[in-house]
Amino acid sequence: MAQSRYDIVVLGGGPGGYVAAIRAAQLGMSVAVIERDHLGGVCLNWGCIPTKALLRSAEVMRLARHGEAFGLDIKSPRFDIAAVVERSRKVADRLSRGVRHLLSKHAVTVIDGEGRLEGPGQVRVGETLLEAGHILLATGARPRELANVKADEEVIWTYRKAMVPETMPASVIVIGSGAIGIEFASFYRDMGAQVTVIEVVERILPSEDEEISAIARRSFEKQGISVYTGSVVQGVTVSTDGAAVRVADDAGKEHALSAERVILAVGIIGNTENLGLEGTGVTVTDGHVDVNCWLETGEKGVFAIGDLAGPPWLAHKASHEGIIAVERIAGLDHVEPLDTGSIPGCTYCYPQIASIGLTEAAARNAGHAVRVGRFPFLGNGKAIALGDDDGMVKTVFDADTGELLGAHMIGAEVTELIHGFAIARTLETTEAELMSTVFPHPTLSEMMGESVLEAYGRALHI
Amino acid sequence: MPITITMPQLSPTMEVGTLARWLVSEGDSVASGDVLAEIETDKATMEVEAIDDGTVGRLLVAEGTENVPVNQAIALILEEGEEAVEHEPDSIDVALPPTRATPAEAGSRPETADGRATGSRRKAVSPLARNMAFRAGLSLDDVTGSGPGGRIIKRDVEQALKAGKPSQPSATASTWEEVRVSGMRRVIAERLQEAKQTIPHFYLSLDCDIDRLLEARREINAAGHRVSVNDFIIRALALALRDVPDANVQWGGDVIRRFALVDLSVAVAVDGGLVTPVIRDAASRGLLDIATTMRDLSDRARGGKLMPEEYQGGSFTLSNLGMYGIREFDAVINPPQAGILAVGAGYPRPVARDGALTVATLMSTTLSADHRVIDGATGAALLNTFRDFIESPISLIL
Repeated sequence: MAQSRYDIVVLGGGPGGYVAAIRAAQLGMSVAVIERDHLGGVCLNWGCIPTKALLRSAEVMRLARHGEAFGLDIKSPRFDIAAVVERSRKVADRLSRGVRHLLSKHAVTVIDGEGRLEGPGQVRVGETLLEAGHILLATGARPRELANVKADEEVIWTYRKAMVPETMPASVIVIGSGAIGIEFASFYRDMGAQVTVIEVVERILPSEDEEISAIARRSFEKQGISVYTGSVVQGVTVSTDGAAVRVADDAGKEHALSAERVILAVGIIGNTENLGLEGTGVTVTDGHVDVNCWLETGEKGVFAIGDLAGPPWLAHKASHEGIIAVERIAGLDHVEPLDTGSIPGCTYCYPQIASIGLTEAAARNAGHAVRVGRFPFLGNGKAIALGDDDGMVKTVFDADTGELLGAHMIGAEVTELIHGFAIARTLETTEAELMSTVFPHPTLSEMMGESVLEAYGRALHI
Repeated sequence: MPITITMPQLSPTMEVGTLARWLVSEGDSVASGDVLAEIETDKATMEVEAIDDGTVGRLLVAEGTENVPVNQAIALILEEGEEAVEHEPDSIDVALPPTRATPAEAGSRPETADGRATGSRRKAVSPLARNMAFRAGLSLDDVTGSGPGGRIIKRDVEQALKAGKPSQPSATASTWEEVRVSGMRRVIAERLQEAKQTIPHFYLSLDCDIDRLLEARREINAAGHRVSVNDFIIRALALALRDVPDANVQWGGDVIRRFALVDLSVAVAVDGGLVTPVIRDAASRGLLDIATTMRDLSDRARGGKLMPEEYQGGSFTLSNLGMYGIREFDAVINPPQAGILAVGAGYPRPVARDGALTVATLMSTTLSADHRVIDGATGAALLNTFRDFIESPISLIL
């Protein structure tokens, strides 16, 4: 090793860690990233990216199955699950190599292994002791398990196994209806499996706006997905031909469900172990490292970002936290804490879901008098041309100030639209500027403008 | 409301432009799309087009004016039925567009489109912050922005409201008053700040014996003429600059501009500031011509009636505070010029002459010069030549 002293040592090369490393290098710091597995972290290797590749296959499959609706003659389209998975892995590998290249381009040292705090300003990787001006903990998270359901990755899968199936299960039970659970439910349904979703809260996608949750549920059920909400898993019994799942619904009624495979998607827990946190000022609450708004832990010079530092568990949140922490360390002017109210969230199920800011209920609970706009995909030419006219764009404004409090969308490609409202929130635009914004025709984005107009009784195409 | 045409920003980095040419005159009718003027930057020449139909009310910036800041008003277009308004008295070489009402005063919800055509420097305010301030009756003048580039954002308005800042200053709390900066004052402030920040000044001082000059003046005025000491000084400085052309120059970055003529700017105090009318080709003018010209220029300067071309484009400046009894002072160079002569009052002072102490009326002069383009020896040559002319008034009369 050429060097054992760095301005910043980053533990973890995921979307938080590697972005922080690049930013630190841009600011002239010497940086080392310690990664025990693959650069790019879960996001790039076992999360966001490979699942998007799988969902793309599912989308093509779905379209092919409905080829007739588009005037195409595609007789009983079939797929090879091994090839679908291989494509997904290739996409992940390509991006992981890309991250290695980016880090090398910025002269960031990449060290393979597991890092742990050894003392103030010291990190140990195997036999090597690194001196660090600052330490950035970005070790991410892993799937949370239930007390009575443990993943064996044979019959009971986590996302890790669920994205590389060797054979296509005929039936799947997904426990948990957050973004991860719903994406797998959508994927396996599109690929032909019988899918059941079990959610402990009274609605699926509990962090989304209630109306969006309801529309999503209706759509999933229409696609043939069974949904149990307000339901608690009593136990899972694994047998040779799959798993039997006992569920108690909110009325106290028990259901005996069975499927070839169970996917456990009940959230994540931070990788706080074996980091050498014992005896330091770093504290851990409920599986996540405690940080202040500057991502500082209780130990001087030690920062934590991303999934490790708590929700929302999103790659872009991790990246931004990495940048904030590094710029804070560099002493840049005008560094601002992350505005957690302006982090968009995207779920790439069918139909897609994307949102930012407060739900209507949260806005009302926070004391806002609100104006709510809704525009259905039915009223949009592009959506109809796509053959995908199920969905809605919902906007929530403060009735007094015109502040865009939140935006909630479900339908085709909404994950590619939400950034428009993200920019609007960052710039503190009000309904007036959004109404005078020219949205191009014919695009799905027109619905964003229409939704704003609708909030003020001025929608044109409904 | 007349439509204000402003200096356009032709590139993201453009801060100032030169008004190369007017293609319309006051009173001309223009239609939307007509070319009004050509603007030069260091990179390109571009055209300014009318955005509405109307009549050219006033051209506020003279052709050839350099360094016109982006967004400064350059012309007013009158819409049908509007009449030209009087020239603002505070205009020197900028004319401010009419001040926009702040949202709190405007009485209606601020529209996003307003202010688009005006050249006033707007505070950067997020739409949400603007709306919140408007609704709370909070003047944004009282709010400090903490967003990117000092932009006022929601948080700032919330803080201002929480701090209970009064939207109107209370009568008892005020121990000062705030006076809006006039266009002239702003130009003075910007020019002189630029001068002191960018021009490496150096200073040379010399005393001139003016007894003979005062005697010559008495004789000339006794003959029914009206010539001031300042007129002598103008002529002496003009001749000195003619004879030491290395001092009649300007720094241009890549080039040095050497002036063929001496166009002498003479500082004149006016209400609220000063202006520097220019005596063109001063070296070729006789004393009486200078006296008449200077009297006319200063009268009109004090009345705010100078045309821009009458106070722009001088090659060197004279600042005389002798009439205020000031003995000597250092003046700040008036960019883009490279020199200014500061002249004090003539006082009887003891001088040693031929080994004996005697009394002479001495006038202290201090040259401030731009060392990028004028060296000490050149400055000294200029000052000595000037003194020679002053102390030999016959050479000024001939």
